[in-house]
Amino acid sequence: MDYVFPNELNVTWTVMIVLYPYITGLVAGAFIVSSLYHVFGRHELEPVARFSLVSAFVFLLFAPLPLLMHLGHPERALSIMVTPNFSSAMAGFGFIYNTYLVLVVLEVWFVMRGQFIARAKGTGPIAFACRAILLFNLDESAETRRVDHKIATFLAGLGIPLACLLHGYVGFLFGSLKANPWWSTALMFVIFIFSAIVSGISVLIFHTFVVAWINGWEVEEKCIRALGKYLWGFMIIAVSLELLEILSIAYKQTEEWEVLERLISEKLFISYVVLQFGLFSLVPFVFLAITALVPLGKRLTHALIWLASVMLLMQVLLMRWNVVIGGQLLSKSMRGFTSYFPGLFEREGLVVAAIIFTAPFLILWGFNRVVPLFPHAVSKVRTGMN
Amino acid sequence: MTRNISRRDALKVLGAGSGLLLVHCGPIKPPQGEKEKSDYDWEKHSYAYVVDTTRCIGCCACMRACRAENDVPPGVFRTWVERYEVDEAGEVRVDAATHDDFVFGTTDTKVSKAFFVPKLCNHCKKSVCNQVCPVGAAYRTKDGVVLVDHDRCIGCGYCVQACPYGSRFISPRTHMAEKCTLCYHRITRGEKPACVASCPKGARIFGDLRDPQSEISVILKQQRFRVLKPEMGTQPNCYYLGLDREVV
Repeated sequence: MDYVFPNELNVTWTVMIVLYPYITGLVAGAFIVSSLYHVFGRHELEPVARFSLVSAFVFLLFAPLPLLMHLGHPERALSIMVTPNFSSAMAGFGFIYNTYLVLVVLEVWFVMRGQFIARAKGTGPIAFACRAILLFNLDESAETRRVDHKIATFLAGLGIPLACLLHGYVGFLFGSLKANPWWSTALMFVIFIFSAIVSGISVLIFHTFVVAWINGWEVEEKCIRALGKYLWGFMIIAVSLELLEILSIAYKQTEEWEVLERLISEKLFISYVVLQFGLFSLVPFVFLAITALVPLGKRLTHALIWLASVMLLMQVLLMRWNVVIGGQLLSKSMRGFTSYFPGLFEREGLVVAAIIFTAPFLILWGFNRVVPLFPHAVSKVRTGMN
Repeated sequence: MTRNISRRDALKVLGAGSGLLLVHCGPIKPPQGEKEKSDYDWEKHSYAYVVDTTRCIGCCACMRACRAENDVPPGVFRTWVERYEVDEAGEVRVDAATHDDFVFGTTDTKVSKAFFVPKLCNHCKKSVCNQVCPVGAAYRTKDGVVLVDHDRCIGCGYCVQACPYGSRFISPRTHMAEKCTLCYHRITRGEKPACVASCPKGARIFGDLRDPQSEISVILKQQRFRVLKPEMGTQPNCYYLGLDREVV
């Protein structure tokens, strides 16, 4: 019969701690897409390069919010930087997060300077705010642009290891906890990095299509097909690593496997086996394989890529859920499981989680109102109308 | 033609503003810990705890005493007693007296072997909870007790996840990590922890390893003992006598 230690009846880390690695994953993934253009010269990604960078920035702003909602004493949150305990993996959060935030802010500033200057030349409070953002310097000479571009490329390059560090570090937070056999694996941080890239590309594809549909824009064909191929490649690596991890634990048949097998086959059967691997890994894999290998019509290709991106967003969310919540369902007594389902209206409930996740999209909409994130799409409509 | 302000000047203004904000922050306080008696010297003691599972009768007086002494909120536990029942087929059934009245439920299983195991924080010498606390709120005193500084804890729950023994919890009252303190307020006055003082069978033994004549020193010198989950490398400072292999 199941037995859990008495203090394990309620899980400590809730849906907020599921959301936190999910959002940082979107940040890291979106940033890497932007760097594929800015650093590695993948010009087919130019139409989404700016959008992906600003998406990374906006999601990054919201990444600490689930943590603050979760902390018992959020008013002491800054202690993590003021009086850090350097033997703790978690103590690195403030430093890694802020370093990365500064880098992303600077890169957005240098990449978007031209657009901010165009907006700053007008009148009114928004134009004034743009001038303030530009430090009241509206110089856009060829020399300034060259320097801006050089610095932006340098920052994009420096940002790649930082993005991997930010998200790999989140995986390390879990993987380094030896008390929990579901978390304690050296593969955890690698899996987190690749799943982050998958979720980042997915959210860009999803959002690009939605924005195009709302505004009646044409979706950039070459760009979407390239994103679809990148998504296919990275999802193969991410899912393979996830499967290899569980395979290696199962094959070793250690003492823990007895209880982990029950965790997978009983408590996480639907969310892990059926949904994460069955529906939301296999189906997008097939969809993306078809779009990459079979010549299909534009509409069908776009539909398959969009559907695959939505399903992979769900896959990564489920992966985070199965790691964070799944690990806590397993009792450290190794004799049983507890259960958890988030409430709706509580502080760490589903409504708050939905608000936190939706807010970055609203901020992106506002950002786009100030400086356009899809200048190419706009010009295409104009061309079409002419 | 209007003259642009240089970036350097604008950054100077921003820098000065940030500097003023930093100056406003107060000095950082060192860890406060539990308040102990002023004449108490923690360098003169080295506490340890022994659980003699062969003596425990599952009366749970220790759990009641702990709750009363430390005002532990309902639903969370600084200490608990587990009951192990092994039937004739070798199947093991485990439960704990965690109801409000601290009694074990009745069972109709035909039992071939049964025993009770009191559990509490192991006050590990290499405590992983101390290692993972991001703000240094978890610490080990010089006399060997693992404590939480409630002036510092941010309630992140990382220590709860890291403890292999399930001994920590986030208090629904304070929203901070809490755990067994070995009744630090009592032991620094020369008293025994409430659970030890209340045990009618002497199954819980507390003492000072610096005193070679103390009961705990003699037990650990002369008897065979085990610790829980030694493979975790935490070096528990809570020792078990007569521990069955089924206990984790």
